[in-house]
Amino acid sequence: MVPLWAYLLLSGFLFIVGVVGVATRRNALIIFMSIELMLNAVNLTFVAFSRFLHSLDGHVFVFFVMTVAAAEVVVGLAIIIALFRNMETVNVDEIHLLKG
Amino acid sequence: MVHGNSQNRFYLLSVNRELRTVNEGFSMENLIWLVPTFPLAGFLVNIFLGRRLARLWVSWVACGAMGISFGVSLGLFFHLINLAPHLRHLEQELFTWIRIADFKAAAGFLLDPLSAVMILVVTGVGFLIHVYSIGYMGEDRDFARFFAYLNLFAFFMLLLVLANNYLLLFVGWEGVGLCSYLLIGFWFERPAAASAAQKAFVVNRVGDAGFLLGLFLIWTTFGTLQYGEVFHQAEGLHGVLTAPAGGGLSVVTWITLALFIGAIGKSAQLPLYVWLPDAMEGPTPVSALIHAATMVTAGIYMVARSSPLYTLAPFSLAVVAWVGALTAIFAATIACVQNDIKRVIAYSTISQLGYMFLGVGVGAFASGIFHLYTHAAFKALLFLGAGAVIHALHHEQDIQRMGGLRPHMRVTAYTFAVGALANAGIFPFAGFWSKDEILFAAFNGGFYVLWFLGLAGAFLTGFYMARLYFLTFEGEYRGDPHHAHDIHDAPPTMGIPLIVLAVCSVVAGFVGIPPEQGPFHQFLAPVLHHGGAAQAAAHGLAVPMAVLSLLVAGAGIGVGYLFYVSVSWRNVPEIWAARLQGLYRVVYHKYYVDEFYQDWVVGPLDRLAFFLWRGFDVAVVDGAVNGVARLMEMGSWGLRRIQTGVVFNYVLSILVGVVIFLGYLVWGR
Repeated sequence: MVPLWAYLLLSGFLFIVGVVGVATRRNALIIFMSIELMLNAVNLTFVAFSRFLHSLDGHVFVFFVMTVAAAEVVVGLAIIIALFRNMETVNVDEIHLLKG
Repeated sequence: MVHGNSQNRFYLLSVNRELRTVNEGFSMENLIWLVPTFPLAGFLVNIFLGRRLARLWVSWVACGAMGISFGVSLGLFFHLINLAPHLRHLEQELFTWIRIADFKAAAGFLLDPLSAVMILVVTGVGFLIHVYSIGYMGEDRDFARFFAYLNLFAFFMLLLVLANNYLLLFVGWEGVGLCSYLLIGFWFERPAAASAAQKAFVVNRVGDAGFLLGLFLIWTTFGTLQYGEVFHQAEGLHGVLTAPAGGGLSVVTWITLALFIGAIGKSAQLPLYVWLPDAMEGPTPVSALIHAATMVTAGIYMVARSSPLYTLAPFSLAVVAWVGALTAIFAATIACVQNDIKRVIAYSTISQLGYMFLGVGVGAFASGIFHLYTHAAFKALLFLGAGAVIHALHHEQDIQRMGGLRPHMRVTAYTFAVGALANAGIFPFAGFWSKDEILFAAFNGGFYVLWFLGLAGAFLTGFYMARLYFLTFEGEYRGDPHHAHDIHDAPPTMGIPLIVLAVCSVVAGFVGIPPEQGPFHQFLAPVLHHGGAAQAAAHGLAVPMAVLSLLVAGAGIGVGYLFYVSVSWRNVPEIWAARLQGLYRVVYHKYYVDEFYQDWVVGPLDRLAFFLWRGFDVAVVDGAVNGVARLMEMGSWGLRRIQTGVVFNYVLSILVGVVIFLGYLVWGR
């Protein structure tokens, strides 16, 4: 049986990958995918704890997170498409209309 | 409260009166409201529709409104005559205007002999001047606006004289002030007219401040502003009112003095007379209606209306008499040397108003009102005559550039002569009866100095009236030769009012015969405390006194004739003016009063206002507001650095935040 720490290690790795992706990449789509990666890393943690603590609460949380993530994808992709139509780019460095 | 008891009684009285009014149903007193309503309707029609109506219609509406109003006034007057003297007091309460706590002000009208005389003067003279204006203002492009303002003025003036309480009187008082402002500044493109209008308005505010203080004092003393209640309580509270209150003067003295300050402003007396000569910038019919016949007499009306209070305050009456007498002679001296035809008449008006105040000040209230009434006729006549001259000479107003006009404009010349004789107080013209009565009342009351001032003023009046007439109508024409051939008499719309007013100026005085006992005085007697038969003591002196004042006025005219007509004396005025150069210059410059006000009142106020503008408003008030804005700007400038627009920075700050937060959760506690 795979021990708990392995799950947590994988989850932490995925999360860091997500954070680094958000922080370093300039393509809005990649940033978006990185956020999804972070969400899924957390989901993995939830499920692992749920399995080892014999509690279904973790599963319930995961379903919620997935639902929210799906909704977020809809809205986020729509924003990105709208952005692209208006600005001809998805490079976040070039999108700085609100820059003070 | 000292007046609790009598107030209750009064409440019952007024309830009774209301019941009576209701029971009577339709009667004459229910028609009082019609008198001011017609001019108001005329105003509304002309102000909103006047631009689209033809001039003929505009003039018909305006003159018709005044004509009907005059008709109703006549009807009310005859109704009043037919009642027994003690019943000549019709009150009509239209509605409760203000009711706050125990303060109650009603919009109500009072028709008694005094207000009947006033509405006849206002609507009668007003109607004639409206008709005259059709001719005089015929070519003005703001014809409708002019008539609208005239109608509005008539409305407010009628409100003033018909009000049954001091507050409604004050509404009319301010309303006529507003119309005076609008009409003086009628030709507002001319800077002189605009500033004259402002001057009139501001100077009147000074007086109105005093008037308002008087109203407040009446309210705190009597708990009401209704004439009937105030005067009735004044009788009952005699001791309280006349006891020394503040500054050694009694309450009623303070009330009457404060009211009199308002009268000084409105009726152009020393020291607030300065606005009236400048008001001549307005169209001439305005000068005739507002600044001679009606509005400026509001002060005399108000003092006469308040006679029950003034009789309780001998000190105030003395002040009134002295201010009146000094103004009478002061303005008369200025009138002797002015060269603008309208300004001479304006100073004459100030002087005659002074006589009226002298009359009411020595307790002869009826004589003051009598002079008000005769003066309305002959002074309106003089102004309208002057207007006809100005009209004929293409807006020439300098009498040094007139002369020899009589053959060209006979109607104007003869009617003007009648007005001048009436103003000078020559037998048997209207002014003789009323002015002589005032002088006699002053003498009879033992005010010999005041009487002498008035008599000296009568001499000057004769002189300046003669000077004005002779320089304008007699001798050689000295004006612009280009206009010499087309000098023409006034058109009928202007000529007929002149003739009517001339007839009035002859016969108006006859209702005051015998002096102080005439039908006019007996009519007013129930209202005015020192009414008709008050001073019948030394009647043996009446005729000699009349002859004396007649001789004095005649002497004035004689000197005027010698100075300005007689060939052998032709150069005498110049010689005298040169010999008394200093005095002449002082009087010619109107005693430098305007300059004095400019330097000592207007100037400092200007400088104070400039300091408050630059030193306080700009520096402190605006500075505080701008400073707050500047602070916000600087703060946001700092905060703006954080919003870089670079996503990486945001993520980094989130991460740092999360790390700090987690670190606090794990190790912090």
